[in-house]
Amino acid sequence: MAYSDKVLDHYNQPRNVGSLDKARDDVGTGVVGAPECGDVMKLQIQVEGDRIVDAKFKTFGCGSAIASSSLATEWLKGRTLQEATEIKNTEIVQELSLPPVKIHCSVLAEDAIKAAIADFKSKNAAEPAQTKSA
Amino acid sequence: MKLPIYMDYQATTPVDPRVLEAMLPYFQQEFGNAASRNHSFGWHAEEAVTKARKEISDLIGCSPKEIIFTSGSTEAINLAIKGVAEMYGAKKKHIITSQAEHKAVLDTCKHLEKLGYEVTYLAPDKTGRIRVEDVAAAIRDDTILVTVMWANNEVGTINPIREIGALCHEKGVLFFTDATQAVGKIPVDVQADNVDMLCLSAHKIYGPKGVGCMYVRRRNPRVRLVAQIDGGGHERGMRSGTLNVPGIVGLGAACALCHAELESEMKRCAELRDHLEQRITSELDYVALNGDREHRLPGNLNLSFSYVEGESMLMGIKEIAVSSGSACTSASLEPSHVLRSMGIGDDLAHSSIRFGIGRFTTREEVDYAADQIIQTVKRLREMSPLYEMALEGVDLASVEWQGGH
Repeated sequence: MAYSDKVLDHYNQPRNVGSLDKARDDVGTGVVGAPECGDVMKLQIQVEGDRIVDAKFKTFGCGSAIASSSLATEWLKGRTLQEATEIKNTEIVQELSLPPVKIHCSVLAEDAIKAAIADFKSKNAAEPAQTKSA
Repeated sequence: MKLPIYMDYQATTPVDPRVLEAMLPYFQQEFGNAASRNHSFGWHAEEAVTKARKEISDLIGCSPKEIIFTSGSTEAINLAIKGVAEMYGAKKKHIITSQAEHKAVLDTCKHLEKLGYEVTYLAPDKTGRIRVEDVAAAIRDDTILVTVMWANNEVGTINPIREIGALCHEKGVLFFTDATQAVGKIPVDVQADNVDMLCLSAHKIYGPKGVGCMYVRRRNPRVRLVAQIDGGGHERGMRSGTLNVPGIVGLGAACALCHAELESEMKRCAELRDHLEQRITSELDYVALNGDREHRLPGNLNLSFSYVEGESMLMGIKEIAVSSGSACTSASLEPSHVLRSMGIGDDLAHSSIRFGIGRFTTREEVDYAADQIIQTVKRLREMSPLYEMALEGVDLASVEWQGGH
């Protein structure tokens, strides 16, 4: 399979690989996918106020899955939680020129973003900094 | 050393220069039709085909008269299974095969099931080997044929062919083996090994693509089958069509070379294979061998690198041509049916890589490949959430995974 230059770039130099302390209240963690399906993404966000100040990922999966999650962390940094929820998998498909068989990688990345935000919100359900009360 | 490095010898092999040289005259100077009986062009072509038949039969221990040329193994498999089923189908309807067979066998059997035949698909053991006792238990009064591959193309496991053949002869059931990966790589003797029909393909043994053959036993028992391609009655009426003379010459030359060099090549490939495995496992943890350590092809090494997905590995070692059992590398998006049949979980199938070593592989290439693999696996594990969890002591089997496809 031929990969787009952007997929290769993210695969060869993935952005924001690593882990944040998932025990911290200002960190939200999303883990989606399953080993039997060939892809698992862990995506973490660190939030100050309602803004994402850091994002990290680790991914087990094909090159497109790695690139999708790497791109997601890049896009998440600096966004508000509300803006983050608006990231759509189709934007990832477009940015990385993913072929149809790799669309599920982008879906997984969107799921990971939503899972990380949900985790952060559930940890901070009573926090006044929330944009929406849970 | 030239890049990229070819390490996929179970997929195909380059034509040996000595094979190519033998073939070349048969494209232009000696272009005759081997079926032309009235002039020297035809005679020369026929002589060349006769020589090739002899070279092939010498390698597998049969009579030259028992060789039927085909376009390759897939066609021979179709002819063997469908041809026998059609010949004996009026009275008997049962065929036995294994779940680890090549798709050429499995798809042919599925086709026959649609026509009303019954097929038993035996599960191999966890190393991919078929147990003789399982074959024995599956044989019925209406069993026509047992078809079990000699050596597996993915994991290199060698089946107990001689024992299965003896059982079939004892029970009066025909035995066909897809020997595409075995011929020229390990000793094959259709007499001693009790084989009734066998197929092989030139391009797996340093010959050209598009040519192969089938061995069809002429006595004890005499195998009869219905031709699947009609039109002229070539090849004892079993396979019509003008013979591919240059291809057949190439197949013969390839067999002659394999025959002459079998022992030294087996030893050399096994040494390189073991060196590759040793280099990798000395530097990486969580690496599992797929297949049978004892009964396996000298040039095959199939490893699962836990917590790393196969396609991402292939991207990382892009200068090394290998194959993966990962779903992401297959057209069907299904992980390897062979590994699945062995009871290997889909998670490990996604992490499997097949290394194929052959005649032109050098130690320098093996060392380069080992370095690349070690480096890539380490890098990808650093970004693998599963490796992180494994190091933290999380039992991945107990995790409730969210989503996935």
